[in-house]
Amino acid sequence: MRLVVGEGSCGLAAGAGAVYQQLEELLAQGNEAGVELGITGCNGMCFLEPIVDLYDDEGALHRLVKVQAKDAKAIYEAATTGNLSLVDKLRISASDAEFLDRQTRIALRDCGVIDPESLDDYLAHGGYQAIGKILSQGMSQEDVIHEIDVAGLRGRGGAGFPTAFKWRAARDAKADETGQKYLICNADEGDPGAFMDRAVIEGDPHSLIEGMLVGGYAIGATEGIVYVRAEYPLAIVRLRKAIADATERGYLGQNILGSDFSFTLRIKAGAGAFVCGEETALIESLEGKRGMPRLKPPFPAQAGYWLKPSNINNVETYANVAWIINNGGAAYAAMGTEGSKGTKVFALSGKIARGGLVEIPMGTTLREVIFDIGGGIRGGKQFKAVQLGGPSGGCVPAEKLDTVIDYNELAATGAIMGSGGMVVMDEDTCMVGMARFFLDFTAKESCGKCVHCRLGTKRMLEILDRIVNGQGEEGDIEKLEELCYAIKDGALCGLGQTAPNPVLTTIRYFRDELEAHINEHRCPAGECRELITYFIDKDACVGCTSCARQCPAGAITGERKSPHEIDPALCIKCGNCKTACRFGAVRVR
Amino acid sequence: MRMSNQAPSDLSLIEPTLDAYADVPGSLIAILQATQDAYGYLPMDAMEHIAERTGTPIATIVGVATFYAQFRLEPVGKYLIMLCQGTACHVNGSELISAAITDELGIDDGQTTDDGLFSLKHVACLGCCSLSPVMMINGQTYSSLTPDKAKKVLRQLAAEAAEGGAA
Ligand SMILES: Cc1cc2nc3c(=O)[nH]c(=O)nc-3n(C[C@H](O)[C@H](O)[C@H](O)COP(=O)(O)O)c2cc1C
Ligand code: FES
Repeated sequence: MRLVVGEGSCGLAAGAGAVYQQLEELLAQGNEAGVELGITGCNGMCFLEPIVDLYDDEGALHRLVKVQAKDAKAIYEAATTGNLSLVDKLRISASDAEFLDRQTRIALRDCGVIDPESLDDYLAHGGYQAIGKILSQGMSQEDVIHEIDVAGLRGRGGAGFPTAFKWRAARDAKADETGQKYLICNADEGDPGAFMDRAVIEGDPHSLIEGMLVGGYAIGATEGIVYVRAEYPLAIVRLRKAIADATERGYLGQNILGSDFSFTLRIKAGAGAFVCGEETALIESLEGKRGMPRLKPPFPAQAGYWLKPSNINNVETYANVAWIINNGGAAYAAMGTEGSKGTKVFALSGKIARGGLVEIPMGTTLREVIFDIGGGIRGGKQFKAVQLGGPSGGCVPAEKLDTVIDYNELAATGAIMGSGGMVVMDEDTCMVGMARFFLDFTAKESCGKCVHCRLGTKRMLEILDRIVNGQGEEGDIEKLEELCYAIKDGALCGLGQTAPNPVLTTIRYFRDELEAHINEHRCPAGECRELITYFIDKDACVGCTSCARQCPAGAITGERKSPHEIDPALCIKCGNCKTACRFGAVRVR
Repeated sequence: MRMSNQAPSDLSLIEPTLDAYADVPGSLIAILQATQDAYGYLPMDAMEHIAERTGTPIATIVGVATFYAQFRLEPVGKYLIMLCQGTACHVNGSELISAAITDELGIDDGQTTDDGLFSLKHVACLGCCSLSPVMMINGQTYSSLTPDKAKKVLRQLAAEAAEGGAA
C-alpha cells in the first residue's frame, strides 16, 4: 500500500500539509504493513483538494478527496489493515472523476503522478530519455528543430509564435567572440487567474529542465535561466532542488551524459511586475534593471540578455518538448486543428463548479471545457461569459461557446488564446465592472515608458470609473473606442497594444449592459455599488436577525421573528447582510 | 522619505550578500531581495551602502526598488497579509474580503496597524485561483475565504501573537 498526498500550493492551501503530518505521525507509531507515504504535485483537481491517492498492493488507485486532518485515522487504518471500505465516504465520485478522464495530458503528463522532489521518480516515468536519445543518437541541432517543426508546436505564453522558427533564428544568430547564447524560460505567469506554469514547476520540475536542455542543445546555448514569479515560493523551492539533483547526477553541467554538450541552469526570482512577462522587459529585469520593454527589432534571438542571442519560451512550451522528441513530432501534430497542434492547458476558475487544470487537445470547444469537464456554473446560475487571456484578452459570451480552441478561431472572437487563464462568469458578474477591473490592472502595471499606454489606459480607466459610478455620459462608448484604437496603434509593447481588448469585447458583446449603466444609471448584474440598493424581501425574511448583527452601519432594524428592513440612508452597501442571510431574503435592485 | 527618525541599520547583515554579488553584473534585484529578507524592508541607509559597494548611482537603486511591487520602503507588521485581487478572486468576491479586513483591523491596502502586528497588501494572483478568494499570510495560504473566515484567521493570529508576547 502506498499513500500519496497532493502537495501543490492549492493542496497545501486547502490543508494537505496537516493531512500529511497526521499520516506521518500515525505511521511512525505503527506500520507493520509497511505502508509507504509520499507526496506529489497538483493533479489539477483543485476543487477536490486536499487529495490523497491510495495505491493498493495491486497498484490500483483509490482516490480520496476533500480529505481533512480528522480523516487521517481512517485512511491510516484502511491502508494498514487493507480494509478499504473504511474510506468509502472519501472516494471521488464518478462524475468528478470525469474531470480527469476527459483530458489528454502531455505537458501535465506527470503532474500529480510523480514525486516532484525525486529525480528517480522522474526517471522511472521515462524522464531524461529525450535528451538521452538526442545525445546518444547524435541528432543534429536541425534534427531536433525539425521534430519541433513537424509537431507544429506554438508558444504557449500567449502570442503563439512557432517555436521551431524561434529556435532556428537563435541557432542561426551569430554569437560574438565569447560564443555565448542564452536560453531563457518565462515563468512569470502574470495573467491574474492563470496557474498552469506554477503547477508544472511544482509538480514536474524535471520536465521543464529537460525541455530546456533540448532547447539549449538546439540553439547552441550553454546557459539557461528560469525567471520565476516572486509569488510562487514553493515552485522556486522545488525547482531549486530539481536543478541541484540534476546537476549532481550529470543531467546538467559539463559534458552531459558523457557528451560534449554542456548546459547549466539557474533561477532568477522576479520581483512583482506584470510587464516583466513581456520578453524584452524580462531581459531588462534579468539584467537587474527596471523592467521596461525594449524596442523590437532587434529581437532577443539577435540581441537578448546582455545583447547576446537569446531564446525565450514559456514553461508549458518547454514542458511539451521532451514528449515530442520521445514520441515524434507527427504524433503531436496528429492532435489539434489545422493551425493549432497538440494540446493546451487551461486554468479553470471563477464561478465554475469544478475549478482546476484542464489539458485538452486543440480543437475542443469552449463548451466542452466549461460544461463537460468543468461541470458548468456553480449553484445553478446562468453562464454569462468566459474571460480568456487575462488583461490582454477578452470575454467570450454564451452565444460563442461552440468556438473551438484554436489560435485563429479564438482571435476571431476578439479574445485570445492567451497563456491559459479561463475565468468563468455568471449572471451576477457585471461585465462593465470586469472591463474596469482589467483597465485598473493595466493602468497600474503600465511601466510608463510610452505615452499611449501610460496616459491612454489612465484616461480609459477614468471613463470606466465614471460609468460604474453612475456618471456615464452619452458619447462615452465612442470615446472609449477611439482611445482603444489609438492605444493599440501607438503602444510600444504588447502590454499596451492588448490592454484595450477587454474593453473592446465588452463593447462588442455587452453593449446593452454598458448602455444601461450610462443611460439609465443601472447595473443589470446588481454589482456596481453606486448603482444598487439593498432591500429585504419581506416574504422571505424569517426575522433571524443575523443580517442586523452583521451590519457595521446599524442600518438594519426589525423585531426578532418578524421581517427586517434596511434604511437606505444608512446603508454603506458592504453586502455583509446578503452574505449573512441564509434565506436569500436580502436582494439587490 | 521620512527615514531620518529611523535608527541606523546594522549593515553587517548584508555584507555576505554584497561580498558575493557586488561585482556580478545584473545582480541588483537579487541584492535588494536579500536586503529586504534581512530587514523586512529596504532601509534608505542600506540602499546607500549598496550604492557605495556596487558603484551604482543611488537613483538607479531607488528606481529599481520603486518599480517592483515586492519591494517596500517602510517596515511591515509581524504578519503581512497578501490579499489576492486577481481576476478569479475578484469574480468570487475578494472586495468583500478586503472590506472585512479593513473592518477588522482598520487598515487599507499598503497600511500597517498601529500595534505593528498586521500589514495589508493587495496582490494580483497567488496561483490558487480555483480556491478563490485567497490570501497569503507569511507564506501560509488561506483559501475559499468568506468575510467571516478571514476575520477568524486574523483573530487567531492576533491571539497567538498575544500569547507569544506574554510567554
Ligand atoms: C504584458 C505581457 C505579459 C506577458 N506575460 C507573459 C507571461 O507571464 N508568461 C509568458 O510565458 N509569456 C508572457 N508574455 C509573452 C512573452 O512576451 C513571450 O511572447 C513568451 O514568453 C514567449 O514564449 P512562447 O513562444 O513559448 O510563448 C507576455 C507578453 C506581454 C506583452
Ligand atoms: S486570482 Fe486570486 S489566486 Fe489567482
